[in-house]
Amino acid sequence: MAENIIIYGLLSSGVYALLAVGFSLIFGVARIANLSHTAFYMLAAYLIYTFASALGLNLYLSIILAIITVTAVGIISYRLLIARVRQHEATTLIVTIAMAVIIQEAILKAFGGQPRGVPKLLSGSTEILGVSVLNQQLLTLGVVILMLLVTWIFLMKTKTGVAIRSTAQDREVANLMGINVSRMEMLTMAISVGLAAIAGALVAPLFVLTPGMWAHPLVMILAVVVLGGLGSLKGSLIGALVLGFAENLVVFSRPEGAYLKTSVALTVMLIVILIKPEGLFGIVFEEERG
Amino acid sequence: MSVLVAYATRSFRLLREEVFVLPARTVFLLICILLLLFPLISQEPFILRVFILAGIFAIFAASWDLLSGFTGQINFGHALFFGVAAYTAALLNWNLGLAPWATIPLGAAAAVLAGLVVGIPCLRLRGTYLAFATLAFPLILLGVVYAIPKITYGELGIYGIEPLAGSRVASYYIAIPSMIVLGFVMWKITDSKIGLVFHAIREDEVTARASGINTTRYKLLAFCLSGLFAGIAGGLYAHFVKAASPSTLELLLSFQVIIWAVFGGIATIYGPMAGVLILYPLTEFVLIRYLAVPSETRLLIFASIVLLVLLFMPQGLTTWLRDRTEKICPRCKLQNLAWRRKCRVCTAELG
Repeated sequence: MAENIIIYGLLSSGVYALLAVGFSLIFGVARIANLSHTAFYMLAAYLIYTFASALGLNLYLSIILAIITVTAVGIISYRLLIARVRQHEATTLIVTIAMAVIIQEAILKAFGGQPRGVPKLLSGSTEILGVSVLNQQLLTLGVVILMLLVTWIFLMKTKTGVAIRSTAQDREVANLMGINVSRMEMLTMAISVGLAAIAGALVAPLFVLTPGMWAHPLVMILAVVVLGGLGSLKGSLIGALVLGFAENLVVFSRPEGAYLKTSVALTVMLIVILIKPEGLFGIVFEEERG
Repeated sequence: MSVLVAYATRSFRLLREEVFVLPARTVFLLICILLLLFPLISQEPFILRVFILAGIFAIFAASWDLLSGFTGQINFGHALFFGVAAYTAALLNWNLGLAPWATIPLGAAAAVLAGLVVGIPCLRLRGTYLAFATLAFPLILLGVVYAIPKITYGELGIYGIEPLAGSRVASYYIAIPSMIVLGFVMWKITDSKIGLVFHAIREDEVTARASGINTTRYKLLAFCLSGLFAGIAGGLYAHFVKAASPSTLELLLSFQVIIWAVFGGIATIYGPMAGVLILYPLTEFVLIRYLAVPSETRLLIFASIVLLVLLFMPQGLTTWLRDRTEKICPRCKLQNLAWRRKCRVCTAELG
């Protein structure tokens, strides 16, 4: 049981971390709470299914195609929809929810409600410390860690990364320093949606695909970013670990755990922000007074 | 007799001076009268059902506006109040056999309590943190509902409780007048000093506090008032559909109420109600019946309409219309027709 908790805890934490980092990035840079984030994740998984199972393309090619398509869809929807309403906070939320619902309904129309599966990239399993782990799970975990590292190095070490971070800290000053703020926001949107698509590609072979699969991860990543502190990458990572393990601890230790896992994870989140209202590593944004 | 005449004259003057001067108010009066007379035109059970549900959801959407639109405390888990009241009403009716006239107020009381439970811890949070934290409450309760099927009947929900009224038309004449009266009460609350304080809290909480307003108390009041009205809607819903099911707590309902409210225009009370009364019948039967839209694309069309309208009217439908037909007098702050030159009350020049 303990080994299941560790393996599945790490897996769900990894996926939540990847999703939450993307969500947190675009929130930090452009103050857009993109509630369609996990809908893009679902779209990527379904596109891989279309390319690989329905069109019969090579699996690697399908994954790359799916990630590119989803990123393109993300950028287009940012340009055409989100960017036009972003100064109205409530309207942005509704527009992104509407986008998520449209993606869900389009998938329901195209594929029907029945669960779908995607073939695994790696078959078989490996024995680690007497526990057999699916190779696909190891691959997923490895790629998650790699992607998180790449994102971190990109943001910390490259010139573009510094520009993105400075835009997040202070738009006006960043603009005065010659950073093209709107281009940085678009780039961040692309990275954010791209990370969601990669997360989708990673879980597609492990989970069954249904048109409602975006709702649960959305709730979880919202809890993760609030727990870790909005706009903090380290916080997202630690928040994802806390909630991923909390969830799996409940699932494997109680018979009715599958029902209670979200409740327990969300309660953990609530307790943390009641003690520390800005989250574990929250950046206290300066009071934005019009 | 003379008392009656006096009352009639007074209400006639009220109508002429306060209602007919503005097209928006005239339209609202007409819509209320039309809704009240609707069963004379058609008594088709399905259409009555859609309008009853629209009326109930209109109360619910307006209660979200009372909290989130006015005080700016964006509540992402408004389904909590609806679900708590629906389950309380259903459990009381199912186990103790209480009649709807008793269970609905008790359900609303439970929702007020839920408002306190959510409101007190959330006082320290602001903005996006508050929104995402409130999202958690109905989902936590949903998990609990699933985990104790002995009491709540789990995924099936409590089915077969007492109906709201004997017939569909009678239910209609409970739901629609409730909507009109409660909507008017909410609008009056926001028009009073309390509403002014709510506006102040949304615009600048620090300044409101500096002006000697106990913002904590007013925010809690907003949570409780909002819970009260949402709770009444929840109780009416449970007794109308004769069930309390997990769908009353789900994420979709919390999102749906925000969609209706933002579509209609927030911080107005009548905006969210108009949003529901337009969108709900539209997607439930108008499109399907008269425009031959297949019913499984209902949600797709709903989302697309909302998206398109918000792209062109980011502040919502009624706010957009209001800005085009009304102007606020710079001196006495009363609404005037947009094409008037002088204020209808104080005759100041309108800019």
